[in-house]
Amino acid sequence: MAYKRNIDRLPIIPADAKKHNVTCHYCIVGCGYHAYTWPVNKQGGTDAAANAFGVNLAEQQPAETEAWYAPSMYNIVKQDGKDVHLVIKPDRGCVVNSGLGSVRGARMAENRRSDKTGTQQQRLSEPMVWRYGTWQPTSWADALDLVARVTTRVIDKDDEDDLFVSMFDHGGSAGGYENTWGTGKLYFGSMKVKNCRIHNRPAYNSEVHSTRDMGVDELNYAYEDYTLTDTIMLVGTNPLECQTNLFLNHMVPGMRNGAKVIIVDPRRTVTANACEVEAGADNVLHLAIKTGTDLALFNTLFTYIADQGWVDSDFIAASTLQGDVAVPLDEAHPAALGSFEMARAKCKMSLAEGASITGLSEADIVKAAEWIAKPKDDGSRRKCTTGYEKGIIWGNDNYRVIGALVNIGLATGNIGREGGGVCRLGGHQEGYFRPSDAHVGRPAPYVDQLIIGGQGKVHHIWANDHYKTTLNATEFKREYNRRTNMVKDAMDAHAGSSREELVDAIVGAINAGGLFSVNVDIIHSQIGQAAHVILPAVESGEMNLTSMNGERRLRLVEKYMDGPGNAKPDCLIAAAIAQNLERVLREEGRDAYADQFKGYDWKTEEDAFMDGYNSGNPEVTYDRLRAMGNNGVQEPVVGFENGQLVGTKRLYTDGKFTRHGREDGKALFCGGEWRGLQAPGKAYQRDNFAFLINNGRANVIWQNWFLDKANDFVSDRFPIPFIEINPDDMAELGVKAGDLVEVFNDVGATQALVYPTPTARRKETFMVFGAPNGAQGNIVNAGTNELILPNYKHTWANIRKISDAPASAADLSFKSMEYSAG
Amino acid sequence: MDRCDKLVDVGRRQFLRGGAIAAAATATAVALPAAPAKAAALARVDYPLNRLGNVADLKPNEPLDVAYPDENAPGVLLKLGTRVEGGAGPDGDIVGFSTICPHKGFPLNYVAADRTLNCPGHYSRFDCEAGGQQIWGQATQNLPQYALRVDEKGDIYAEGVDELLYGRLSNVL
Ligand code: SF4
Repeated sequence: MAYKRNIDRLPIIPADAKKHNVTCHYCIVGCGYHAYTWPVNKQGGTDAAANAFGVNLAEQQPAETEAWYAPSMYNIVKQDGKDVHLVIKPDRGCVVNSGLGSVRGARMAENRRSDKTGTQQQRLSEPMVWRYGTWQPTSWADALDLVARVTTRVIDKDDEDDLFVSMFDHGGSAGGYENTWGTGKLYFGSMKVKNCRIHNRPAYNSEVHSTRDMGVDELNYAYEDYTLTDTIMLVGTNPLECQTNLFLNHMVPGMRNGAKVIIVDPRRTVTANACEVEAGADNVLHLAIKTGTDLALFNTLFTYIADQGWVDSDFIAASTLQGDVAVPLDEAHPAALGSFEMARAKCKMSLAEGASITGLSEADIVKAAEWIAKPKDDGSRRKCTTGYEKGIIWGNDNYRVIGALVNIGLATGNIGREGGGVCRLGGHQEGYFRPSDAHVGRPAPYVDQLIIGGQGKVHHIWANDHYKTTLNATEFKREYNRRTNMVKDAMDAHAGSSREELVDAIVGAINAGGLFSVNVDIIHSQIGQAAHVILPAVESGEMNLTSMNGERRLRLVEKYMDGPGNAKPDCLIAAAIAQNLERVLREEGRDAYADQFKGYDWKTEEDAFMDGYNSGNPEVTYDRLRAMGNNGVQEPVVGFENGQLVGTKRLYTDGKFTRHGREDGKALFCGGEWRGLQAPGKAYQRDNFAFLINNGRANVIWQNWFLDKANDFVSDRFPIPFIEINPDDMAELGVKAGDLVEVFNDVGATQALVYPTPTARRKETFMVFGAPNGAQGNIVNAGTNELILPNYKHTWANIRKISDAPASAADLSFKSMEYSAG
Repeated sequence: MDRCDKLVDVGRRQFLRGGAIAAAATATAVALPAAPAKAAALARVDYPLNRLGNVADLKPNEPLDVAYPDENAPGVLLKLGTRVEGGAGPDGDIVGFSTICPHKGFPLNYVAADRTLNCPGHYSRFDCEAGGQQIWGQATQNLPQYALRVDEKGDIYAEGVDELLYGRLSNVL
């Protein structure tokens, strides 16, 4: 039977409950919510005067009411040490979501740690150190002393290459300006750590180098552009599941205003179905290309649009570089950048060629070109808003594909204008404020391969779980376990010895090829199983936290509850590490180096915010952000007038492009011709294994799966990551719905649960990415696109049955996920 | 695949205020509230024991509109034709569900072809053969299902609901 809470009533929010601004921290959309809290021994009443809504709650409330909350929006948590009721419900006044919650955000309350209701007991509450063969709880002072004493043994002034760092760079979740600054100041300010990587990829780099090199920031529009446009183009993205309320609250109204939709995706997603429902099938063009051929499609579209003269010549003349090549092709630039004509020559591709490579009909490519750029009957230009995401970011030939898509936006004058934009749809929110990372270099070091190769001595990890989200994960885990076990063995052999002896033993193991691993996280992660020191962090709502969403909307989430036990904000953990490093270095007589670790006397996350973000954005303070509420302000903030922060609705409205740092303000086109599957090893897998293992996220289990593995509602639906397989392929493989299969190839193996999917093309499966119990990364080979961008999407493998449906899958629904009106 | 905008509008206009639900409720015969005065003292709300229909009223795979625990809470009874866990009646195939989407309160429509309830508001779908499990959607709970009992005369009684109903902070108002 489906999971049921058997909750048939909830405490009523009293009229005098405290109300906090909350931006959902689970995805980039950043929907507005309010957190209400009130003492655990109080309750509101059904009388209008006795509840926070001022309505009679003894009556049934209508659809879309504000005066209702689901059991998932309720919990009992600690606030200033006391138990309080907590309700976190969507805010109708927030322009991002207009009161909509999603299946993820509307479970924020239920996904808080509670010692009363028992939710999220997996959250870390104490620092822990590997002792006596397991992890033992300890104090911050003890844990940080060990971290500092081991770390100072491997770093020196101007030589920090043996310290490897994995650190998130995002907002939302436990990221945000406070925390990226804290970690950034430590590793890029006090130190110049070069061997570092980001939470979802094996290097410290942009995911979208080319658009930035062309002068175009990847978040350049406003969400309202979807409601003002003629055509919505969605490339390698599934916004109904991955940016839910952007789709529901902005794209759907756009379709209802008459926008047509072009979807570029080898797979039919629920987004495609919903677009057909909203816009009518005639107004939706699903270009189900052969996987990885996006570049051929975009170059063909660009060529055709230019040949038809459907370009914005005035815009090209005024806002883009004239001449030829401005940035030549080299190791740091996988395609030449320059003028429109240069790109036109390089990217030239006929309809016939484009159709043959992509597997589309010429007619469909022409139709797409018309929907993007053909002037309307009255001669006015068509507007097109383009959203793209991991299908091309983590797809084939990242640099050139994104460049080719931005080419179309520039050529048609669709950037910096209402109803335009060529933007990432995004994963987490953003919240990046750090000292320069220029010392990291370009291309950045491929850190995970360096670790496999035996490099690095101490590894500091900030909310990264390589075990679930890296490529070549099978080999990475094997090596990482081996190297960290060497240190565990040394620690076990010195149980009961003094700190000095212990540190010597650890350093001995490190010098013999071991790796000392320090893990800062909110839960005991999978890579955290290899850690020697574990430091507990808090997340959004357990601290004040600022982030910006996919239209650069900056908000302050107000702290509404205590973190678990002794857990702390990452920025304050970074500060404490810096202070401990300074202390130990001074003890060791390394004063000049110790001086580099001064400047961390922050008491609160607000101090970190003022030290970092505010230093570059002096108008922005907590008080002013609080006053801007859940609508916040769109970055960049340009002033403060009449008690309000003044922001920027969309970028580049003046036609000057700056993201590349060129003084002339001219955008560049990208001249990248089609060249097949670019990353090493991909063509080999394609030619030698039977099934494409396309992969991505799913609605319920999106990037907060690390929390949801302890959420009953979610685990009941997807106890094991699923793999969508065409029923005819299932018959050939001899598997039934719910069976467990092994997915295996030349680099590794993983497992998944079969979900029959008639809309899946033959031999093209789709597996959920980032699962705690079935990591798709196990079978992704080590080959990356240029500039060390993983290509997770292009993985081929064979499939065999492991077992019949396990008990947890026995009564799952395996029906189509597509809405039907009947 | 005709987008049912009208249904949404109907939902918005009539949701639990207009005549549609009341009319459905009149088909459900007697409603016998059980010991209402005691409800406040119990940990769980005390549900009425309502007769929603008779086995003879049900045709396989045709929804019968009902309301429970009161006339402002629309639902359906279904005879699925195959035994399911939690199914009532001689064939173990009778189930009852709320038909208000637990996401945003829009009225669900029944799709007989795959025995699902579907929401035109935000495309959520619930499987009537799997205890109302949300197949896909934005609700944070599975579909509230009725605890049903069928007596020797074939009368079908509801005696409880297993999730909070949309739009009320107590299932029994
Ligand atoms: S769409 Fe994203 S931000 Fe909005 S509620 Fe859902 S997970 Fe949170």
